[in-house]
Amino acid sequence: MIAESFDYAAPSTLEEAFQLLHELGDEAKILAGGHSLIPMMKLRFAAPTHLIDINNIPGLAHIKEENGHLCIGALTRESDLEESDIITSRYQIFTDASKLIADPQVRNFGTIGGNIAHGDAANDHPAVMIAMNAEVEITNQEGKRTVGIDDFFYGFYMTAVQHGEILTEIRIPIPKGKFGTAYYKSERKVGDYAAAGVAVMVELDADGTCVNAGIGLTNVNPLPMRAARSQEALIGTKLNDEDIAKAAKFASEDCNPTTDLRGDEDYKRHLVKVITKRMLKQAISRAQ
Amino acid sequence: MKKTINITINGTAHTLEVEPRTLLVHLIREQLSMTGTHIGCDTSSCGACTILIDGRSAKSCTLLAVQADGKEIATVEGLATQEGLHPIQEGFHLNHALHCGFCTPGMMMRAVELLEKNPNPTEDEIRWGIAGNLCRCTGYNNIVKAIQWTSAKMQDKELPSTEPEFV
Repeated sequence: MIAESFDYAAPSTLEEAFQLLHELGDEAKILAGGHSLIPMMKLRFAAPTHLIDINNIPGLAHIKEENGHLCIGALTRESDLEESDIITSRYQIFTDASKLIADPQVRNFGTIGGNIAHGDAANDHPAVMIAMNAEVEITNQEGKRTVGIDDFFYGFYMTAVQHGEILTEIRIPIPKGKFGTAYYKSERKVGDYAAAGVAVMVELDADGTCVNAGIGLTNVNPLPMRAARSQEALIGTKLNDEDIAKAAKFASEDCNPTTDLRGDEDYKRHLVKVITKRMLKQAISRAQ
Repeated sequence: MKKTINITINGTAHTLEVEPRTLLVHLIREQLSMTGTHIGCDTSSCGACTILIDGRSAKSCTLLAVQADGKEIATVEGLATQEGLHPIQEGFHLNHALHCGFCTPGMMMRAVELLEKNPNPTEDEIRWGIAGNLCRCTGYNNIVKAIQWTSAKMQDKELPSTEPEFV
């Protein structure tokens, strides 16, 4: 399948990219990993007149802990997350998620920024970012602004990133105490979207009381969803089996899955309940 | 409007004119007449079009040729040398890791990167490592064995048996 004709530019600085976005108008699209955009163009679901390839712009791919934040550059590849010592030792939620995203070849190109900026509730990183209370750095010609993850997703394929802007970094506040994270999605086969997925972060104080919790849900709501009632139910508890069961029940009640080829509504609610329970236990066992 | 790109394929430099919408796999197969790289699903599911781009395995049906500008590409045609087959080719041959052979070029290119990054993969790591490559003939067992055999061969270790197992 061949995409409709378009023009292509590969600027080497962000300034050039913004200039092009400004000149070309909203028919121009940013090309990062391209593993969502190019398939859509081949199917002619998308037909941008220009692609602005940002892969030659330095400074957009990094993983570092800085000023109390884990900072991940938007152009960081999924496979870089899997191979990063910082990620594999302290933020296993990202390796959990990356391993379940598409397949190794796709992960060699797909970027974390693209996974979020695509604005698809079926993608995995949105729920992970919700659980981790991420902030998204968006850059435009005037400068940078930061948007909290709860204000980032507007609708299907729509996010806070406006025309003329580029998502440049994701920043995650590093929890101060002991914390553990986990993600799992149920998928029919490798590379499929989630039937349901749950991302979990728990932060504990010295005697094991939960002081902060983040729970994000994949593909069971029109937008990536925060299981707010579940989080509240966990804070202040010792995270024993009853607390976990209650949080899992709330998540399954509060989500809004639709019946489709991946399962009916009841089945998906059941999945949310079971996966929430398992991921909470996994995150607690990883807390250090 | 056509763009001029410079790419190196299997060690040979090329300067080529391409339309931006030309897929990398079409450039390789049609402009360069290297038909070892196959097109299976054309939707980045099957992995038959897998090549290496700067050492990273990629599905060439989901990359634009212009994205390969300035990059080094390796395809199945570059595996064998004057001295003979690449160990992964030898491994596939001796372990009967192909029937129809359609997935084989992509499967081998993927295995090359897998073994480069992880010279001693477990069976589980091999199976997850080739999760993006579909084979409709073998049932994968002999492909896994071939990659295990190649892992041993590339490190001069004792080679596992290549006798077929009858279960």
